[in-house]
Amino acid sequence: MTYQVSELSGRPQSGPVDSPAPSALASLARRARSALSDYGLLVAFFVGWHVASVTGLLNPAVFPPLDRVGQALWNGIASGRLVGDIAISLQRAGIAFFAAVALGIPLGLFMGQIRAVERALDPILQLFRQTSALALYPVFILLLGLGEASKVFVIFWATLFPILLATIGGVKEVDPKLIEMARTFGASRLTTFRRVVLPASVPAIFVGLRLSATTALLLLIAAEMIGANKGLGFQVMNAQYNFQIPLMFAAIFLLAVLGLAANWVLVLLQRRLCRWSTAKH
Amino acid sequence: MTLVQTQIKGEVTIRGLSKSFLLDGETLTVLKGINLDIRGGESLAIVGASGSGKTTLLRVLAGLEEPDTGDVLIDGAPVHGLGRERAVIFQEPRLLPWLTVLDNVAFGLEVQGVSKPDAAERARRYIRLVGLAEFEGAWPRQLSGGMAQRVGIARALTVQPEILLLDEPLGALDAMTKMTMQEELTRIWHEEKVTMVLVTHDLEEAIFLADRVLVLPGNKGDAIRLIDVDLPRPRDRNDTAFVGYRRQLMAGFGLH
Repeated sequence: MTYQVSELSGRPQSGPVDSPAPSALASLARRARSALSDYGLLVAFFVGWHVASVTGLLNPAVFPPLDRVGQALWNGIASGRLVGDIAISLQRAGIAFFAAVALGIPLGLFMGQIRAVERALDPILQLFRQTSALALYPVFILLLGLGEASKVFVIFWATLFPILLATIGGVKEVDPKLIEMARTFGASRLTTFRRVVLPASVPAIFVGLRLSATTALLLLIAAEMIGANKGLGFQVMNAQYNFQIPLMFAAIFLLAVLGLAANWVLVLLQRRLCRWSTAKH
Repeated sequence: MTLVQTQIKGEVTIRGLSKSFLLDGETLTVLKGINLDIRGGESLAIVGASGSGKTTLLRVLAGLEEPDTGDVLIDGAPVHGLGRERAVIFQEPRLLPWLTVLDNVAFGLEVQGVSKPDAAERARRYIRLVGLAEFEGAWPRQLSGGMAQRVGIARALTVQPEILLLDEPLGALDAMTKMTMQEELTRIWHEEKVTMVLVTHDLEEAIFLADRVLVLPGNKGDAIRLIDVDLPRPRDRNDTAFVGYRRQLMAGFGLH
């Protein structure tokens, strides 16, 4: 059973109120207006680009008209060339991200619970976190070679810290009054952890996850630009070297879509897990 | 001392109880040599100025604090730490925001190993008792302060404690809600037949709810006073005798 907020608090519903007999036309107009206010600027940006490029206001060699970018994108996908790049990029970022999640969340939950461990590890964590992962990339290459391992590892390294620190923060900020409440009912340490500390930390963990997803893509592109012969980041660089500017923009476009998709999945997951929270994402 | 064994459970005996805290290197004695017998099924209010140790006394009874010296006995047996025969209602409702009203109320039972369906069934009964039957699917953030506190009360009642310990449970509510809730608490106490120990800074609330009022002195040297409230229930706040008790209690704090 679900309840609307307005039913309980007596506040008026914030959404639009339907008129008694909404005609299909009026409904269509309303949706168009809403879409315009949401995406109007985005569309204007692309239209402006295209027009400026076609009319020569912008150098079409640097900013090609969008139909040529679209053509390059289509050719790349149809020929399977960009598909291979997407696959390898997803694989690198995916493995690194999930490894960071698999290590960062349990470690963070543990460290957040035990003050002594957290205090002992905090200085070294701060040092590692403040050291740019890209600065360490040469070290990882020396250790792991120029292959997949070093690329995955540098992404893993950079993604680990946002997750770890967000999880530690989440656990530390659990209201001690809730923990005390659970104890008065005779909850064991483990039960208190499972029923109170863990669910209370979920929103903070998600902040870390979303930050990490962004970081993963950033590092992916950098690592692929530095030492790869496949992948979207490589493709951006390579297309630029070969002056295939539409292809370069196609790869950039795909990277943007990848970032949006990752964020969208996480937001969806967060909404499912945090239905109780009022926080807007 | 009486030799007749009382049949009502939830009897509390406090013997020579002292408690002090270390504050900035100085020892702060909060409770000193407290002796008290709380009858099973009685409603006892503890009042006192800030710093008189009333909340500390309640926390010791709950088992959330260990006394430095002295004993707490429940139904004749000494207790240490927390126990299932006691349930605490705090000033804040302390609801888990990710659980619905039903799951919050069932929380105590589930923690104690009761199966989910059984816990839900018992929880529903107490949700009805506090008048929130329509809201069992609501989230805590959707509730008003008074409603949230009702949920907290229902959660404490579902584990069917012998002793209900209330730490200024209505302190954060507005005056009107507070009076309604005082009437609710009287009804619940009457129906559930639990021992109720209520810490409050509201003298009127103490007189309205309690069989006896324990007055903790601000100065540790002064004597503890115990006042019998000999008024029939339901009590009328404007009754002459009620006002008389209020005047008596207020005078004890130098108030008029």
